[in-house]
Amino acid sequence: MSYCLYCHESYSKAWSWEVLIGLEVSPLLCQDCEGRLVSVKGEICRICGRDFSIFPEQYRQGDCCFDCIRWEENESWTGILQQNRSLYVYNDFMKELIAKLKYRGDAEVVKAFYPVLSSEFKKISRDAILVPIPLSEERHYERGFNQAELLAGGLKKQVESLLKRKIHEEKQSKKTREERLSQKENPFEVVDSVKVKDQKVILVDDVYTTGSTLRCAAKVLIEAGAKEVSSITLAR
Amino acid sequence: MRFVSLFLNNRLTIAPEILVNDSSLKAVPFGELSTLEQPPLNPTFQYDKKLQQILYGKQLLFDELPFTVDQIQLHYENGYVKYSHGICKTSNGYLCSRCGNEKSRLFAMFSCFCCKNDNCVYCRNCIMMGRVSECTPLISWSGPEVRWSRGNKLHWNGELSSGQQVASKEFVERFGSDGKLLIWAVCGAGKTEVLFQGIEKALNLGLRVCIATPRTDVVLELAPRLKAVFPNTIIASYYGGSEERETPAQLVISTTHQLYRFKQAFNIMIVDEVDAFPYSYDKSLQHAVSRAVTPKHFLLYLSATPSKTMKKAAMNERLPCVKIPKRFHGFPLPVPKMVWGGEWKRRLEKGKLPAPFLKWLKAQGESGRRAMIFVSSVSVLEKLSELINRVVDVPVDSVHAEDPMRKEKVIQFRNEEIQLLVTTTILERGVTVPFLDVAVYGADHDVFTESALVQIAGRAGRSKDDHNGDVLLFHYGKSLSMIQAINHIKNMNKEAGI
Repeated sequence: MSYCLYCHESYSKAWSWEVLIGLEVSPLLCQDCEGRLVSVKGEICRICGRDFSIFPEQYRQGDCCFDCIRWEENESWTGILQQNRSLYVYNDFMKELIAKLKYRGDAEVVKAFYPVLSSEFKKISRDAILVPIPLSEERHYERGFNQAELLAGGLKKQVESLLKRKIHEEKQSKKTREERLSQKENPFEVVDSVKVKDQKVILVDDVYTTGSTLRCAAKVLIEAGAKEVSSITLAR
Repeated sequence: MRFVSLFLNNRLTIAPEILVNDSSLKAVPFGELSTLEQPPLNPTFQYDKKLQQILYGKQLLFDELPFTVDQIQLHYENGYVKYSHGICKTSNGYLCSRCGNEKSRLFAMFSCFCCKNDNCVYCRNCIMMGRVSECTPLISWSGPEVRWSRGNKLHWNGELSSGQQVASKEFVERFGSDGKLLIWAVCGAGKTEVLFQGIEKALNLGLRVCIATPRTDVVLELAPRLKAVFPNTIIASYYGGSEERETPAQLVISTTHQLYRFKQAFNIMIVDEVDAFPYSYDKSLQHAVSRAVTPKHFLLYLSATPSKTMKKAAMNERLPCVKIPKRFHGFPLPVPKMVWGGEWKRRLEKGKLPAPFLKWLKAQGESGRRAMIFVSSVSVLEKLSELINRVVDVPVDSVHAEDPMRKEKVIQFRNEEIQLLVTTTILERGVTVPFLDVAVYGADHDVFTESALVQIAGRAGRSKDDHNGDVLLFHYGKSLSMIQAINHIKNMNKEAGI
């Protein structure tokens, strides 16, 4: 018997061959909590990895969503972020879960996703270096940890903190899309460009919302000589 | 956080690392400071009145106080604030001194940026109130006490029933010294009114009173009633998301969870619905209560369905007890009727309703009376309310614990904007609506224990003008709990002599 890492209820996993030989992995959550997660699967946007099954058809063009087309059409952002892949849809339950993790400070919640993260992203992270999206010094102190760093830890690979934030700014979640997109200055800078040069980089963050945080981070990495930059997030 | 030890006015004291600009001093995680010597009170220090009002009788984290670390530290150095450890090591693990958790699975470690410890232990049990970790100091007030006004007047000219009078008198006469009392009152006996005189007396003696209840709904219902009858008293309600937490109140109405924020605050603690806790919960509730009261205190338990342990204690006279078996309006409690509902669960999965239930629904729709329909789980709730919506043409809605609109929906139901409210057991207590019928869909399910069913039945017939609401238990085979609940209600009616 195990205890759910989110609600603390006890549960036991259904037994099956797939589970036993490691073909099927699931988060360390009880059936109720797991049932409230929606995995991203089936048809997705080629770039941002959003699930097309829950996305209005009219905002889609071929294998790309309008948001990504808008990004790609803007010359300064073309090809900056190669692709993003996420595990779950950012639904109400995911919002609650991330709030518990970030704002209440329950770092342990992340561990529920370790088995899924490592099996799901083994392939795409093989020859890349993992870089978590950093927090500002001040926010990091306030929270005690960086959730992106904890998530990156679940990929069972060396994690390199090659980015840092220049200034302490307002929380992204308190801004509208317009505000986020209109930010002129890039909040990130590369700590060690030598390590980045000609490398394939995978950024790790908790949520992909508008994609502007990840694209800003990708941009400074490309400018520092990275070969290509993609990203992995828990929720989309 | 990390602290440094340094000499201040010839005394060894501690200060948060971030406030000290001397890199020669070694900073250590707060948890590693073994003895915390409290600086003596400096009588000439001008302390902040607002900090005193917020912090008095409480134990909070830095993040919970609208003051800078600097301001708080200054009060510490002058002896007005005390720091203590949040997580303590025990012989076989850890103890959270805020919530009393000792279960090792509810502690976790993380690499902490504040104390630079790779294995900083924190409590997951009370995480919803902000993280208490090894390196987090709990902050309490050690300066002068807050003085309460003595001009608290009870503005109420209602009349107590004979049963209420006995209980009220017992409460008034017993406190003043240590002790406890159980008031065992049927649903609808009018427990709140029983408290009025005792609370008035206590407030005027300068005592601080708390009414703790397990449910937010009850806090929301009680607070305005008490504010109306004690207009000159500062009253604050505490629940997740309440905005009155900074009010220095002499009378506090709190959910039992929020009690964790208090320390040695209350002379009189009234624990409402003391049985509403699952068995395993008992210990942490006891911890919260024992933390929140002053060393000398009076404990009043209120319940319509006391637990076995409590009934036994009352019978052995270890716990003084007064019973109010009659409702305040003098009419008997409605006795639930059992109705065969067939395979209610399978029918629901097939998108159908049992015939007797359907018949009742239609009748309810025609009569225009409000009804609460209790179900065993959220999944049943969703399916059932959708089906009901299809068969009757009256406003139907549903509510459960995590419903963000819960507060609003209960108000709408009260205002007759919703006629049929499908609910999980969260509304089994406290909610009082006149002209109400009650149904339980799937009453044989395990969640409907004897006390749950007694409480649910107790929702009906609350007003004098409508003292005989229907209580129907739709089931697929009688359960022991159903039979026990019916006997319980019949016995209470018998004891009341009706």
